[in-house]
Amino acid sequence: MDISFFTAAIVAGTPLVYAILGELITEKSGQLNLGVEGMMLIGAVIGFKVAIVTSNPYLSLLGAIFAGGIGALIYGILTISLRANQIVTGLALTIFGAGFASFTGQGLIGEAVPQNIKLFFENFQIPFLGDIPVIGPIFFNQGILVYMGYLSTIIAGLYLYRTQIGLNLRAVGENTAAADAAGVKVSFYKYIHVLIGGLLCGLSGAYLSLVYIPSWQDNITAGRGWIAVALVIFCKWNPFLVLCGAFLFGGLDIIGFRIQKYEFNISQYLIDLLPYVVTIIILILISARKSQLGAAPANLGATYFREEK
Amino acid sequence: MTMLRMASRTDCSDKEAAIIRISAILLAFLFAAFFIALLGHNPLSVYSSMIEGAFGTVYRIKETIIKAIPLIITSLGISLAFKLKFWNIGAEGQIMMGAIGATFCALTLKDVPPYILLPLMGAGSIICGGIWGAIPAFFRAKFKTNETIFTLMMNYISLKFLTYLQYGPWKDPEALGFPKIQGFAQNAILPTLFGIHIGWIISLILIVIMYSFINHTKIGYEINVVGESENTARYAGINVKAIIIYTIFLSGGLCGLAGMIEVSGVDKTLSVEITHGVGYTAIITSWLSSLRAPVIAIVCILFAALVQSGTFIQMAFQIPQSAAQILQGMILFFVLGSEFFIRYKLSYIRKKKVEEL
Repeated sequence: MDISFFTAAIVAGTPLVYAILGELITEKSGQLNLGVEGMMLIGAVIGFKVAIVTSNPYLSLLGAIFAGGIGALIYGILTISLRANQIVTGLALTIFGAGFASFTGQGLIGEAVPQNIKLFFENFQIPFLGDIPVIGPIFFNQGILVYMGYLSTIIAGLYLYRTQIGLNLRAVGENTAAADAAGVKVSFYKYIHVLIGGLLCGLSGAYLSLVYIPSWQDNITAGRGWIAVALVIFCKWNPFLVLCGAFLFGGLDIIGFRIQKYEFNISQYLIDLLPYVVTIIILILISARKSQLGAAPANLGATYFREEK
Repeated sequence: MTMLRMASRTDCSDKEAAIIRISAILLAFLFAAFFIALLGHNPLSVYSSMIEGAFGTVYRIKETIIKAIPLIITSLGISLAFKLKFWNIGAEGQIMMGAIGATFCALTLKDVPPYILLPLMGAGSIICGGIWGAIPAFFRAKFKTNETIFTLMMNYISLKFLTYLQYGPWKDPEALGFPKIQGFAQNAILPTLFGIHIGWIISLILIVIMYSFINHTKIGYEINVVGESENTARYAGINVKAIIIYTIFLSGGLCGLAGMIEVSGVDKTLSVEITHGVGYTAIITSWLSSLRAPVIAIVCILFAALVQSGTFIQMAFQIPQSAAQILQGMILFFVLGSEFFIRYKLSYIRKKKVEEL
């Protein structure tokens, strides 16, 4: 196994970094949004469409982020204001997003990402850090969105654990009634963080369609949104562990393709099963060790209703 | 100044709830009409040709019913799981595994008469789909493993497995290298009645069975109790773990049976496109029917009409077929939102009263 495998694993894991982070921040507010896959698809198709129309990388990213946010807003209105079942609403968002992406993407199949956008996302070496042997070429000779991914996890970690707002947010997720009694604007916190989650999922989708694939295909996410939901559990709701989970799965994602040249006698389609099987095994192992489940926000998935007199 | 006051309510009658849900569906169509107009089409003519596309001729009515059959059976399966608050979104995979089980019987037992082979295929599909559901159910019962993600991952696993079969061991050697599975022999094909394969009779029987199973048997009652509160159920001496595993086996088995009906009655072979997304659509239909068996039949026929008319408007207006999927999502959004008005009561109070409070 050479260094290029690890470099590629980072690239394959980056969409997961944003998606896991988005879902993690959402879940910290006590909202379980299973629409990650849907928001990623909406972001991916809008980002790609804007890229084809404008050839502007900033506008494409903004479009994708905005589109993911719209998806999250629908979820927010339904679950926070109208108190709908969070699980079914998330599923509805995924179904809607898949339909929307396939509808909007119909004319985009076969189109290529414009050259200047490709250049914008091209790899560049970070001075000093990039010169470190082994680690340099793997982590610090990448595209701009990969570096932003590293930064986002650090910012999210500091935000959640080192600021007053982050403390309030965690209180909302852990004990909504107590946070409400303490004067925290519960609905506002939930809305903002559901939205942030949506923005990040939109960005994750844009990374897939603009950088990772980079062309349009139906069902471009291929279940990565769901894997991200599972990896939030794997990362124990800790943003500092997000990179480990994402890059591990990035590696699993590409191993099937890489292993072909060694002429193992296993079908490609069976090796493709690996990320899904490993996700299941991790889910089982985590739930079997009950201690880790305690890391979940205590009021996750619960609908909060303050009965007025 | 007035203030909006919100209180939970329990007095919403079934009739009132139905009116609220139907209004929500109409609102979704109204909302979608706005987008159809944005695309440059006349919403009224699109909607009327959708109705025509689904029910306009005898042939189209038959097509709609053929599409409704797997949807009804899968929705029955899913609603059984949802009653337990077990979020089985693995129907897609359970349909595939059922179809694989049925196809295995059809491909290996070529000389068996149909009255033996067809029941065998049915049993094979129920067992395969059931096991595919029971695996996540076992871990949910034992360790409380998150079943939503588990069942979804199982969908991808069965899809890859089916792709492997189609491109590998089950590839038809006579198809000149084209990756397809051999078509079924006559003995493995469901007979037809009134021009439609007998899946429609099976689904009608299943609706009746499901209704009486849930409402008139001890196990049905226990499923309801476990769904309401696992702790209450445990306190009442119900074996919660067993109920979860058996119920989800049944749930997956029904989805598997839908897969058998599709391979044997419609496609007459197995391919990776066997489900046509039924496993996901059925999640919507189950929820819209409030998990009630008789309502499922009506909702599923309407959704099948939506899918069938999607193909029609693609030809007539060049609107992509996925538009129907967007509409399905919108309907679900609106109905989910409308449930707020079933569960809560809104009223205005005057400012003076606000101050008194």
